[in-house]
Amino acid sequence: MMISKRRGSLTAASVLAAAALTVASCGSGSTPEASAPASSAAAEPITIRVQTFGGGSNFGYEKAVAKWNAEHKDIQIKHENLTDQFEQQYWPQMIQWLQAGNGAGDVVGIDEGGMGLAKAHPEWWADLKEYGLESRKADFPAWKWETGVTADGKVFGLGTDIGGMSICYRSDLFKKAGLPTERDKVSALWPTWDEFMKVGQQFQSKVKDTKWADGTNTLYQVVLYQEAAKNGNVAYFDAQNTLIVDKNPAVKTAFDFAQKMTQQGLTAKLRNFTDEWAAGTQKGAFATLGCPSWMLGVVSGNAGDGGAGKWDVASVPGGGGNWGGSWVAVPKQTKHPKEAAMVADYLTQAETEASIFSDFGNMPSNTKAQQDPAVQGAKNEFFNDAPIGEIFAKSAASLQPVFLGVKHAQVKNAVESVIQGMDDGSVAHDKAWQQLIDDAVKAAG
Amino acid sequence: MSLDTLPRATRNSHRRDRPPGRRWRSRVDVKAMPYALVSPYFILFAAFGLFPLAFTLYYSLYDYDLAGTVEWAGLDNYSALLGDDDFWRAVVNTVGMFILATVPQMILALFLANALNKRFRLRLAIRMSVLLPLVTSVVAVAVVFTQLYARDWGLVNWILSLFGVDPYNWRAERIPSWIAIATMVDWRWTGYNAIIFLAGMQTIPRDLYEAASIDGASRRRQFWQVTLPMLRPTMIFVVLNSTIGGLTLFSEPMTFYNGNPDGGSQGQFQTVAMFVYKEAFREFDYGYASAAAWLLFLLILIGAAINFLFVRRIGGTK
Repeated sequence: MMISKRRGSLTAASVLAAAALTVASCGSGSTPEASAPASSAAAEPITIRVQTFGGGSNFGYEKAVAKWNAEHKDIQIKHENLTDQFEQQYWPQMIQWLQAGNGAGDVVGIDEGGMGLAKAHPEWWADLKEYGLESRKADFPAWKWETGVTADGKVFGLGTDIGGMSICYRSDLFKKAGLPTERDKVSALWPTWDEFMKVGQQFQSKVKDTKWADGTNTLYQVVLYQEAAKNGNVAYFDAQNTLIVDKNPAVKTAFDFAQKMTQQGLTAKLRNFTDEWAAGTQKGAFATLGCPSWMLGVVSGNAGDGGAGKWDVASVPGGGGNWGGSWVAVPKQTKHPKEAAMVADYLTQAETEASIFSDFGNMPSNTKAQQDPAVQGAKNEFFNDAPIGEIFAKSAASLQPVFLGVKHAQVKNAVESVIQGMDDGSVAHDKAWQQLIDDAVKAAG
Repeated sequence: MSLDTLPRATRNSHRRDRPPGRRWRSRVDVKAMPYALVSPYFILFAAFGLFPLAFTLYYSLYDYDLAGTVEWAGLDNYSALLGDDDFWRAVVNTVGMFILATVPQMILALFLANALNKRFRLRLAIRMSVLLPLVTSVVAVAVVFTQLYARDWGLVNWILSLFGVDPYNWRAERIPSWIAIATMVDWRWTGYNAIIFLAGMQTIPRDLYEAASIDGASRRRQFWQVTLPMLRPTMIFVVLNSTIGGLTLFSEPMTFYNGNPDGGSQGQFQTVAMFVYKEAFREFDYGYASAAAWLLFLLILIGAAINFLFVRRIGGTK
């Protein structure tokens, strides 16, 4: 929807620049629904717009929103999932809206990659302390709570989900390749990443039309976060926000792994969160992909009903780690901060997060939800009744947050582009590492 | 003219009888009204054309971070751009795609117009139908073409495979991606240009053709020696229009890569307009983007000038 509004002419670009900065009443390229309906009549219910991002079932809010709307006649939630892509589309657009003071929803989702910047701009956010939500502190692990608090003590973000790691795999294709299909045996196939690649070659020699993995990226992320946990929990930036792409061994290890994958021809060369990738999920272009808990909903959403029972979840080679996880925040510009805070509170309650987990797989960050026996015993029907509670909830308590700098989103996109370029052949293997560093420096600059 | 004199005389006689207030009003009517009537265009142009131009020029001299500070930078943005490989890659992409799209498009449109200029059944319906692609939204066109050029299940790769050609990864390889985008542009604009050519052709006096055929010129000869030279003014318009459109190409390549201004993993088909968009709205480097927008403006002026000189020579200047 962003594209259709923007004609590519010089004028259009400049008009948008002008509009974003000067005309506060028409936030640039704002979609029609972007202007909050003014509730002039007292009888009219207040509409709280919740904006999220992500593929498939994204935040998994469908049922939770329906439930709220049925129970609250005076406050209605309108959920809009704006786009699949956080770094490239959702976050840049959101920053424009936040900066312009108009256009953002009343409650907005933020991925971990955007939290560094969000935290550095307290002026964008309503202080949830004013609405009594400081009491929620006990519900979350300390790091999840602290990430949503600005330096001057403003509480702006409440935790939704956390990462956790797994490998999603196509059990029907595994069967075709003569591999075990049962998830414990599958997990036993790959204690290390080297073995993971070996099984991949075995698989590809048997099943001709399907590649082992979706692309380099989902697995690169998994390895990066695993390695980050071993290297002081930092990725592209250190705690002082200095770029350490070239110095952090975690990045190099993950890069080397991605390079090996592509050199051995084990990838379908698809970039995650693109249309072709989504189509590939459905049509069996690949047999495995890196799956943090929230990815389960993406996979089931992309694969559609026809994919039910074909997918399963195994453990990840080389131990746990935390990729992703999000927060919801209330922008200062909202006309209904009190009601928006109530909705944010509701969306992060233990019961809500627990039911989202059992329906879609997004692992709750709310510790009460994590300890809920219903969560710990949850199974995912789509993934062949995989005991996702066992797979994700048990490791949840031990997950460590990785520090992500203010410019993480930009650097992540630059790094992913080089790795994707290496996969699709537009970046030479021997030059890729240097280019990754150069592009990261440029993106951080 | 002669019609005018009588009413004017009567009007003048009326005017003498009017009270002074009405005279003043009629003076306003005569003097100011025309300006008021043409002003909407100029007001809109000032707001959406002139102001952004001045605004971008002003901020191209600043280091302007949307989520940060504004600092005077002088010509730093311009000198950084001239040394920025990504910018030059975008320039090469834009010019490459422009040539790939425009040259076949002009030739096709010309022959299409020539064919439509003849007498045949359902002439109006067929003439109208060449405009149909223009009515479809750019994004719809781009979405369909993106499917056609899909790597794994795309129609184009399937057809190529029938001839034993290995599938192309249309988004990863530079020239194939340009071709894919050029076909999108041509699909949309060839009919439009053909109609303009057709309109131009219909203004060519018939007696020129009659004289030519009396002199024994064949149909083909008439096309080259009468139609083409007479079409020159139309052609200049069409080519200038295509130059502006082609060099500001944006929606098609954006949609071709999931709406990302990266234009491929390594900017294989990132145009200058996308570069501007990316710098402004994703990297939030407004000053840098403004400077790039001005360089794009210069590029269009140069491109338009070259094309103008080139087209002026078409058909010979006798």
